Amino acid sequence: MSFSSELLIKVLVVLATAPVMALGLTLLEVKGSAWMQRRPGPLHVGLRGFIFPLATAAKYFQKETIIPKDVDEPVFKWAPAWVIAAVVGLFTIIPLSPTLIVRDLELGVFFLLAISSISTIGVLTAGWSSANKFSLMGGLRAAGQLIAYELPLILSVVGVVIQAETMSTVGIVEKQIEFGFPFVIAGQGIAFIIFMIAATAEMMRTPFDMPIGESELTMGFMTEYSGIRFLIFYISEYINLFVMCAIASTLFLGGYHIPLLPTEWVNFYGPLVLIGKTFTLAFLLIAIRWSFPRFREDQLQTLAWKVLIPLSLLNIMVTAIMKVVF
Amino acid sequence: MEAIDIFSYFLLLLLLLSGIKVVTTSNVIHAAIFLVFTLATTAILFILLSAEFVALVLVLVYIGAVIVLFLFGVMITRAPLGPNAELDNDQNKLFATLISLSIFGIFTYILLQTFDSTVVIREGTSTKLLGEILLSRFVFPFELVSFVLLGALIGGITLARKDNALMDEDQI
Repeated sequence: MSFSSELLIKVLVVLATAPVMALGLTLLEVKGSAWMQRRPGPLHVGLRGFIFPLATAAKYFQKETIIPKDVDEPVFKWAPAWVIAAVVGLFTIIPLSPTLIVRDLELGVFFLLAISSISTIGVLTAGWSSANKFSLMGGLRAAGQLIAYELPLILSVVGVVIQAETMSTVGIVEKQIEFGFPFVIAGQGIAFIIFMIAATAEMMRTPFDMPIGESELTMGFMTEYSGIRFLIFYISEYINLFVMCAIASTLFLGGYHIPLLPTEWVNFYGPLVLIGKTFTLAFLLIAIRWSFPRFREDQLQTLAWKVLIPLSLLNIMVTAIMKVVF
Repeated sequence: MEAIDIFSYFLLLLLLLSGIKVVTTSNVIHAAIFLVFTLATTAILFILLSAEFVALVLVLVYIGAVIVLFLFGVMITRAPLGPNAELDNDQNKLFATLISLSIFGIFTYILLQTFDSTVVIREGTSTKLLGEILLSRFVFPFELVSFVLLGALIGGITLARKDNALMDEDQI
């Protein structure tokens, strides 16, 4: 197969997978919250609530796109594109099995950190170009938060990279299979917790949703968006949830493999195992979202700079020392 | 001419155009966004040269951190929508053109003198090799650079903080 046709197939598969995963997670979130808070709607309406995400998507499609008069039009219109491009781009390095991966990059983890930082630009420009005080406040809060939590996210991954001696995502999973235990048990437990907290903050989900904060900033940087552009922000939030949970399962929970399962069959059960782990982690984040109140802005910054960053630096030091000793 | 040559010429054209737009646009945020395009094109050029690490560093550090801080700074200090009159400065145009042309000349001369068409590395720089070299042969410059950065960081904080011993943290 020629390079270009292979590329085309890969792009089409990713573009088909991403919205399906987003739909699945939307369903999980809606039904999870309904189950936790006894909301009858998503549990009983329309085929026991299963067509709810599709109905939501259809609603946004048929809504009119409203563009306020004073906005900076090109910047405003293209802001959602930054976010979704960055998020979908991360599918490149998610290994569903040793062979079922878009591209096993040598610098896989580094690629993740580099590409995920692009979506910040979309959030910031969305907040600025909306010509709205609430949007600007949301954009500023988002910037402060994303800058602060990018560091623990990067630093917590460094421990895994040191322990696995590789940055390729397939390589990291293979190392965990070789080792017998996933890294979350074998020394990177603290890094896993830091990664999950930082990833939740990067996704701007409750309890880290000050940039959106509907009770104080209406919808933060998304206030002026409507119709299809709002849908893009909404979908990319769930694609991001899938990607971050998939990466966390790959780096810390053993990826596409479960101990004791035969490695020869990994190509068959691999995708199911990884998606299962991803949805379990996502359910954990959903449960956190519907049980905890929002942080205060200064508490959020304190948590990042005074707790998570020193702790992840300590984790790197300990991992490096252990690597040299053993 | 191969397809990759056409592609890289196209990228160079894009780089030139977005670079010109960065300095000619009179809207600060637009300039920052065009700078993102400039940096992204540079990153793609590095990937074509199979220097993946440098390309990803460009994306992570410049697009992900410097541009974001730049946008943050602009938004937090003054964020006018639409063109900003202060950015159009006709007085220094000649001076600016002279400086940029001379920098271009100096760099072109030095690069051609030093490398011309010699191939320095045939295969892409493997990250492992890069790491080993940085921490063995170039460990002194590496540590020196981190020391300079630490100094800059402390200096920045000292300049930005106006509080003195009389003010405790509750009053800030």
